[in-house]
Amino acid sequence: MEVTGFDTWVLSLAVFLPLVGALVIMLIPKVYETELKLVALGSSLVALVVGIYIAIQFDYGAAGDLQFVVDKGWIDVINSRYIVGLDGLSLPLLLLSLVVVPLCLIYSWNHIPDPGNPKAFFVLLLILSTGMNGSFVAQDMILFFVFFEIVLLPMYFLIGVWGGEDRRYASLKFFLYTLFGSALMIISFLALFFLSKDASGELLQTFDMRVLTDAAGVGIIKSTQVWIFAGLFMGFGIKVPMFPFHTWLPDAHTQAPTVGSVILAAVLLKLGTYGFVRIAIPFLPEGAIAWAPWIGLLAVIGIIYGALGCLAQKDMKRLIAFSSVAHMGFVMLGIATLTDFGINAAVFGMIAHGLITGMLFFVAGSVKERYHTLEISRLGGLLKSAPRMGWILGFASMASLGLPGLAGFWGEFPAILSAYNPGAGLSEELFRVYMVIAAIGTVLAAGYLLWLYQRTAFGEPTEEFAGHEIADVNRDEWIAWTPFLIGIVLFGVWPNLIFNVTDDVVSGITASVEAIAAGN
Amino acid sequence: MLLNQFLILGAVLFSVGVYGVLARRNGVMVLMSIELMLNAVNINLVVFGVQHGVVSGQVFALFVIAVAAAEVGVGLAIVLLLYRNRTSIDVEDFDLMRG
Amino acid sequence: MWMLENAFLIPLIPAISFVVILFFGKRFIGADRVHVVGITALGLVWVLSAVAAFQWTQRVENPPPDAIVQVQHHGDDHGDDHGDDHGDDHGDDHAAASGHSGDGHGDGHGGGHSSPLIRPVISTFSDWWSNAGVTFAVGTFVDGQTVLLLMVVASISLLVHIYSTEYVKGDRRYVHYYAFLSLFTAAMLFFVMAQNIIQLIVGWELVGVCSFALIGHWWEEKPNTDAALKAFLTNRVGDVGLLVGMIVLWGTFKTFDIDVINTLISTNPGAHHFALLVAACCLMAAVASKSGQFPLHTWLPDAMAGPTPVSALIHAATMVVAGVYMIARLYPVFYEGFSIGTSSINLMAFIGGFTALIGAGLAFAQWDIKKVLAYSTVSQLGYMVMALGVGAWTAAIFHLFTHAFFKACLFLGAGSVSHAAHHTFDMRKMGGLRKDMPHTYRTFVISSLALAGIFPFAGFWSKDEILLGSLVGQENGYPLMLIFGCAVALMTAAYMTRVIWYTFHGEYRGHGHPHESPKVMTVPLWILAGMAVLAGAFNLPGPVLEPIGLEGLAHRIQTYAEPSVYLNGLGLSHPDPSLNMALVGLALALSGILITYLYYWRRLGLHGLTERNRYARRGYTILENKYYLDHLYNDVVVETVKRPLAKWANRFNQNVLDRTVNTAGETARDVGRWVYKWIDQGAIDGSVNAAARGADSSGEGLRSIQSGKVQNYGQLLFGAAAVLAIVFVIVV
Repeated sequence: MEVTGFDTWVLSLAVFLPLVGALVIMLIPKVYETELKLVALGSSLVALVVGIYIAIQFDYGAAGDLQFVVDKGWIDVINSRYIVGLDGLSLPLLLLSLVVVPLCLIYSWNHIPDPGNPKAFFVLLLILSTGMNGSFVAQDMILFFVFFEIVLLPMYFLIGVWGGEDRRYASLKFFLYTLFGSALMIISFLALFFLSKDASGELLQTFDMRVLTDAAGVGIIKSTQVWIFAGLFMGFGIKVPMFPFHTWLPDAHTQAPTVGSVILAAVLLKLGTYGFVRIAIPFLPEGAIAWAPWIGLLAVIGIIYGALGCLAQKDMKRLIAFSSVAHMGFVMLGIATLTDFGINAAVFGMIAHGLITGMLFFVAGSVKERYHTLEISRLGGLLKSAPRMGWILGFASMASLGLPGLAGFWGEFPAILSAYNPGAGLSEELFRVYMVIAAIGTVLAAGYLLWLYQRTAFGEPTEEFAGHEIADVNRDEWIAWTPFLIGIVLFGVWPNLIFNVTDDVVSGITASVEAIAAGN
Repeated sequence: MLLNQFLILGAVLFSVGVYGVLARRNGVMVLMSIELMLNAVNINLVVFGVQHGVVSGQVFALFVIAVAAAEVGVGLAIVLLLYRNRTSIDVEDFDLMRG
Repeated sequence: MWMLENAFLIPLIPAISFVVILFFGKRFIGADRVHVVGITALGLVWVLSAVAAFQWTQRVENPPPDAIVQVQHHGDDHGDDHGDDHGDDHGDDHAAASGHSGDGHGDGHGGGHSSPLIRPVISTFSDWWSNAGVTFAVGTFVDGQTVLLLMVVASISLLVHIYSTEYVKGDRRYVHYYAFLSLFTAAMLFFVMAQNIIQLIVGWELVGVCSFALIGHWWEEKPNTDAALKAFLTNRVGDVGLLVGMIVLWGTFKTFDIDVINTLISTNPGAHHFALLVAACCLMAAVASKSGQFPLHTWLPDAMAGPTPVSALIHAATMVVAGVYMIARLYPVFYEGFSIGTSSINLMAFIGGFTALIGAGLAFAQWDIKKVLAYSTVSQLGYMVMALGVGAWTAAIFHLFTHAFFKACLFLGAGSVSHAAHHTFDMRKMGGLRKDMPHTYRTFVISSLALAGIFPFAGFWSKDEILLGSLVGQENGYPLMLIFGCAVALMTAAYMTRVIWYTFHGEYRGHGHPHESPKVMTVPLWILAGMAVLAGAFNLPGPVLEPIGLEGLAHRIQTYAEPSVYLNGLGLSHPDPSLNMALVGLALALSGILITYLYYWRRLGLHGLTERNRYARRGYTILENKYYLDHLYNDVVVETVKRPLAKWANRFNQNVLDRTVNTAGETARDVGRWVYKWIDQGAIDGSVNAAARGADSSGEGLRSIQSGKVQNYGQLLFGAAAVLAIVFVIVV
């Protein structure tokens, strides 16, 4: 696609507008609170409008190709370039990220958690937004890495400053854990830079992800690929998070302020799975084939393990956090099959999980705000005290347990289904065992979610809160939540909205994997 | 030439200085001990210069004397300021850098 | 045939009604008038279903050329052209249906095989999802089986809607109640016209979630929510089987299209036997959970916690028949997987028969009238599954059809009784209601007779076909199933007589004055009772109709509903009607009623009879002998069944099965706690924290060196220099 005029700008605009907003806010004195909130919301909304423009201009017939590509010199010394571009895999995730941030801003409009300071809070959210948007469009490994790391810092401060009681521990754990993964990841990036060759055997020495995708690991022998993949696996797997690297997640989620949890669940976790699909698998097909059974194993362990963890929780937010581990297990299982089917399901699962778990965290945050506790045994009768919120919680729980007709199902069922016939010569028997285990995981999912719902929403309110007036969903919350609810229904009823967009990219990726597998 | 005697003198002088730096608690005494150590070095420089028949040893000694004068000037100024602020020149009292 | 091609309208209407009631009900319609929306929608649905049913019969009677399957083989051409021609029906795309139509075992009654094989009407609408370059359409699949279920669901649901206006009047959540009734109906209608197995799954789960919402309708009380959770979770357990089974089918045939799967199996029976066996076993688990089959039936009696009309809807027309319907819909899978044609016992038949037996046994031990009916449903569903298991496809669907009406009538009758008698369902607090509630009494008795299988009520005809099917089977009979079936026939009659005795006869044992329910409740009862009498007429055997010259009307359900386009390929045969079997079945049912009647009658006159026995024992030898007979029947047969067996079964049910379910839940929770505490927080998180602590404590150790005192640093410096100097000296 020939990129001309305004189209050369749009991607960068969508990425950096929030950052510009953040800079402008920094210049506004603290006392002009409304103005700086408006600037924050405005910049993120304009970014969203740009995102919608991109979605309209996007050529869906060529969803497999990168569009709106910009390729400019950046750091010539190491041959790293400013390359951004968008294909069917990036588009839904970019839109998700663009949608979530303004909604979070609206949600926290009048609810800045202690210790207040909306200016800093909004600035951090906007910087976070730039990092997330950038990660999904970057097509150069160094650029990707920069965006990937930019995300860490605002999140660290969001948790560490505006978090719960144990915030310092949680934020430090989050930061160091993910940084540890990133360190291994950058080593792998460097290894790719130095070792990749093109078809004629010339060393490429490039960070350009387009070139590396085309090269598909040619010239890197299998054992090296396995090692490089291991580095990437640590980097992305911690972010997902995969069992057994998941322990930062419950702490971070529990301590983070509501919108922090929402963004963490809705977008940040997707960076890991996106990395697998965008970088790890296409760059290192042989490494991926070698690792796939193990990824699948960790995925199904995560599914069961996360569900068991949920059953043990006494805190609502922590329970939802553990459910993320289980749900991302389904996503990773889909990826591990290395089939079109599975990876499409995984991408769908990312979006669905983002919407659904984001929604659940929103509700949990609002419950916390009203009850000042999330201890499940102290809650109860939410349907009675705040019926609309109870309904929304029930709706989101149903979506989360994978009810057909809502978004969660289309991430879960095809992922399980894809394990029946894994690609690239992977062991069918092994993956069929995974399939059955994953299917059992759906029972446990229903178990913990409905149990949660029974204990929090059904019945009469506990004595402690019996006389209290519990406010139902307010205006800000409606504005922030409605798009989530609509998205959950819309994608559930018409899953092709996403499958159609991602399919071309994914079949390109699996085709190269299959080609490698056939060559062996 | 009485090389060994000079060297022994230097060593003794240096040891006295080291002792003073490490053991004395009075800041002024510490500075003076540092002077002793520098002078021990000066003696060595001059002696080795004569031994090897070059002047650079004596030139260096002059440099050291100049630097030592400056150092003592700054050092005494610090000690003076410390005394004004803390009414003490006991080095044991100053551990702001403790980890 | 417009209605058949646009059948999607039928589930769409109640779905819209759901949205309207839920979101606009309170504000724009008025909370106490939302039933108008629901009833209007269901009325429309009923009319459209009737039109669809009529058009389907027209299609069978005067088939358009593209609806008839050519009998000759022309190769396997499925799959490639599939999915290209959305929007019109597939016509003769997959016409290679019947290679086996010639080999009739006992061929030919009432036109089953003699009529042409009619293709279902399949309409696809749009790409629903595409994945891996393959596109799956959403669409409707309408054939005789579908329209039959449409009629059943629409009729029962409409009557339940009407009945509920009185029954749940003034309920705390009237709006939600009607909203979910609509959604429930919509989900079931969507399910029955599923064009592919994904739609089956969707409808299946939606039905489950609606039942969750309705069983837990009064969620303030914990037992209700427990029941709702149990229903949903038990169903989820079965859903594992559903998902895996469907995936195996997909993996084997690479399509989700029900028509293609059925056609592929029926044109090439014998292929993929193992895969089909696995799929059938997995799907059987799903059926067991949804249709309350042993050992996953325990949720069903608990589900009585919901409002009674909902129980009627769940148990008669929607939720629980979904399992039976799915077997019937994917019958070739089960037929080939379980080798129904050649075996004389198989998993499905056994589970069905066993469930029928234990369900009937448990029904004796209940005092709650709704629970008796619930176990009765379990038992009757077992009958249907057993019928499918022995190859009697039509008999099963026929029984589903008749059962829907009389069971709905019974449940609504029970609701009417409880409405009258102080909202209790305990039969010990009822009695003598026949005088106060004549309409309820009469309809209840009619339906009970139908359930018991007394000539000429509907249940007689369908039950007879099932017993006949078990007797004849396909290549071999199914003797064990026949025994089970006969035993259940007897027991069914007996426990229903017991219910009628306790509820309507004797003296009133409750509080207050019972009164007959208003017309809005009794009219639906009478309509259903009428159907309980007449529904059997839809599939009368030929010999019954010949004397009156109406043999053309024989076996209508077999003619219209049976998907012979698939079943013929499997070589499914139909048994000849047998007068003897009918008489045996009737005799069993009658004796069941008689035994129970005598038992309770004697108990009623216990005092007087004993007196007479004691004083005139020798003089009344015949009477005495009769008494021995009574004794034998009552104390040995009924007592063994009633007391130890039923108690044992009940105990097994409560203590073993139910406890297993509970223990499984608790164990999962405990394991979760343990894993969380020791492995997650202890080992995994522990190691992470240990790494951090290691860094921390080493730093702590080194920290003491940094005293901040210059002299300490100096000491270290000179000390180190001295050591180095010594080393230097020694080494050099």
